[in-house]
Amino acid sequence: MRRIVIVGATSAIAEHCARIWNSGEPVELTLVGRDRRRLDLVAKDLQVRNATNTVEVVVTDFLDPIAVQRTVDSAAVRGPVDIVLVAHGTLPDQAIVEESLALSHAAIEINALSPVMFAEGFANQMLHAGTGTLALISSVAGDRGRRSNYIYGASKALLSTFAAGLQHRAAGTKVKVVLIKPGPTDTPMTRELKSGGARLAPVGDVAAQIVRAIDRGTPVLYVPGIWRVIMFVIRAIPAKVFNRLPL
Amino acid sequence: MQIHGWGRYPSVDSEITSPLSAKDAVTQVNRIGSLVPRGLARSYGDSSLADRVLETQYLNHFEAFDERSGLLTCEAGVSLDEILRVFVPRGWFLPVTPGTRFITVGGAIASDVHGKNHHVQGTFGAHVTELRLLLGNGEQAVTSPTDKPDLFRATCGGMGLTGVILSATVQLKPIRSSDIVETTIKAPSLEAVLAAFNEHESSTYSVAWIDCLARGKNLGRSLLTVGEHAESGPLQVSPSRAITVPLDAPAFLLNSLTMRAFNSLYYAKTVRASHTRRIPFEPFFYPLDRVHDWNRLYGKPGFVQYQFMLPREAGVAGLRDVLERIAASGRGSTLAVLKVFGAGNDNHLSFPGPGYTLALDFKAEPAVFALLDTLDRVVLDYGGRIYVTKDARMSEETFKRSYPRWQEFESVRGKYHAFGKFASAQSIRLGLQ
Repeated sequence: MRRIVIVGATSAIAEHCARIWNSGEPVELTLVGRDRRRLDLVAKDLQVRNATNTVEVVVTDFLDPIAVQRTVDSAAVRGPVDIVLVAHGTLPDQAIVEESLALSHAAIEINALSPVMFAEGFANQMLHAGTGTLALISSVAGDRGRRSNYIYGASKALLSTFAAGLQHRAAGTKVKVVLIKPGPTDTPMTRELKSGGARLAPVGDVAAQIVRAIDRGTPVLYVPGIWRVIMFVIRAIPAKVFNRLPL
Repeated sequence: MQIHGWGRYPSVDSEITSPLSAKDAVTQVNRIGSLVPRGLARSYGDSSLADRVLETQYLNHFEAFDERSGLLTCEAGVSLDEILRVFVPRGWFLPVTPGTRFITVGGAIASDVHGKNHHVQGTFGAHVTELRLLLGNGEQAVTSPTDKPDLFRATCGGMGLTGVILSATVQLKPIRSSDIVETTIKAPSLEAVLAAFNEHESSTYSVAWIDCLARGKNLGRSLLTVGEHAESGPLQVSPSRAITVPLDAPAFLLNSLTMRAFNSLYYAKTVRASHTRRIPFEPFFYPLDRVHDWNRLYGKPGFVQYQFMLPREAGVAGLRDVLERIAASGRGSTLAVLKVFGAGNDNHLSFPGPGYTLALDFKAEPAVFALLDTLDRVVLDYGGRIYVTKDARMSEETFKRSYPRWQEFESVRGKYHAFGKFASAQSIRLGLQ
């Protein structure tokens, strides 16, 4: 039976990944989050869908390194973890966060520092055990900074660079690190974009591709795939031109 | 943003809020002045349109299931599709399903939807044992046929105007196979198809596709389809292989000539007088779900669906009267759906009742609206009514004459704090508070 830990399990992408894992081979799921009521709702839903799997809920502080380490340690008590998906994040309104250093600080904490702590903790554990797949949800926004979301984008860029380093460290072991870069996806996080008329990828499709990439150990997944091409072009635009674009 | 119903007519500019939890929904209802709840937006007209809309897409969790009794409790935003995917493999089916599975449980209750088994199983609401409703004052009420029955009767078929349905308990039905044994019977005339319905009244499922463009001696020629769940076989849901209509069709594509040809071909498809086969449940219940966004086939102007019922007393003469007018106009849709209803229920605004129902599509254009106004009068004269869930244009007078319990509905809404809190473009048009 595979053991899977999902950090930020109430996030829409994570929840849909959980539903896919829950509907296949037997699994033992650990859902880590901050809001007990919403975690319980997700856990109960998974149990109704498949009563044969075990679903455990862990509520913890996402910003406290000691609490994070404790969560990582307790997850390993019953043996090695096969898959960890670190999925949490928030999309702050750039116009508001850039006016407040406190809000900028908070946005970087939850989008960069917190996932790095979880990922580092679980990576250490997996490398020690010599097995496991660690997946991190970054974003295409991390590929190039732009004025409409650079606090968020910079946080995600930190995750991408972190994951690249971890992949280097894990090279030659059986531990795999999967970096996921979703384009705009239809989730509660992007509600504002949607009401602005943006085209968003269906969350179920995005989750299905993530689950597949984790199974294969794909190093970097752009999802939907077209974003690999789009971001290649965006990165290639000279700064002189780019800075005049209304992006 | 600009939103519309399944008919893509009309559309309104709306502010949308999508609560993440019941608690969040309470906050939103307290914050927003007046709103209408919206599920998967499969009602055809303006039932789920308003300046402010509360979408239930994230209230999509299963809460409990009793494997022995088949009682399922879930949040209102769970779709019928999701229920089928999870429970068909375990030997359970929806007690009642309309012709699409892409609707939510909340929407199924609010429209008190019916299906091909109405003559034996009644509406969806008849299989709801309890529901949790968020009222206009921010409080949550649990209601059932025996607990605050007035609120329950107003909410089943109440178009979201009594409050936001947060969750519901639905009685699923046991099946031994996901297959359906389907028999198609060719009926050359209106009398023949009604006689065939009669003959098959003990069948669990029955519905007829009727050629509305046929005239004279062919008037009412139909294919009656009846079905039963197979007694044994696989319990499976086919992976979706839907095709999508990627853009609006040019407006000239669906004209009376192409429709006439299509209908004749459709009728000729079944050569034998009666034909039995075994098919998966999806094509039996949801033939149109295989084409995602098929509503775009009507092009940019959109379309209106006209579904009415005539009481049994109106008989063949009433149906013939309406069909002749539609056939004479030459504007009827490709195919129309005819069904013989069973007994009605006690819900204030529920549509079905003993008699016949016919549903057909019309392109949204001025001549059609004039025709439908005429049809409204004919339907009213026969003592019939129009299905509110499909409606985008009936008048307040038509509504109030054909749904005589509207005042009772309003008094329940008043009692449970719905006034000023829950309203849609439709409810305003129909003269509800």
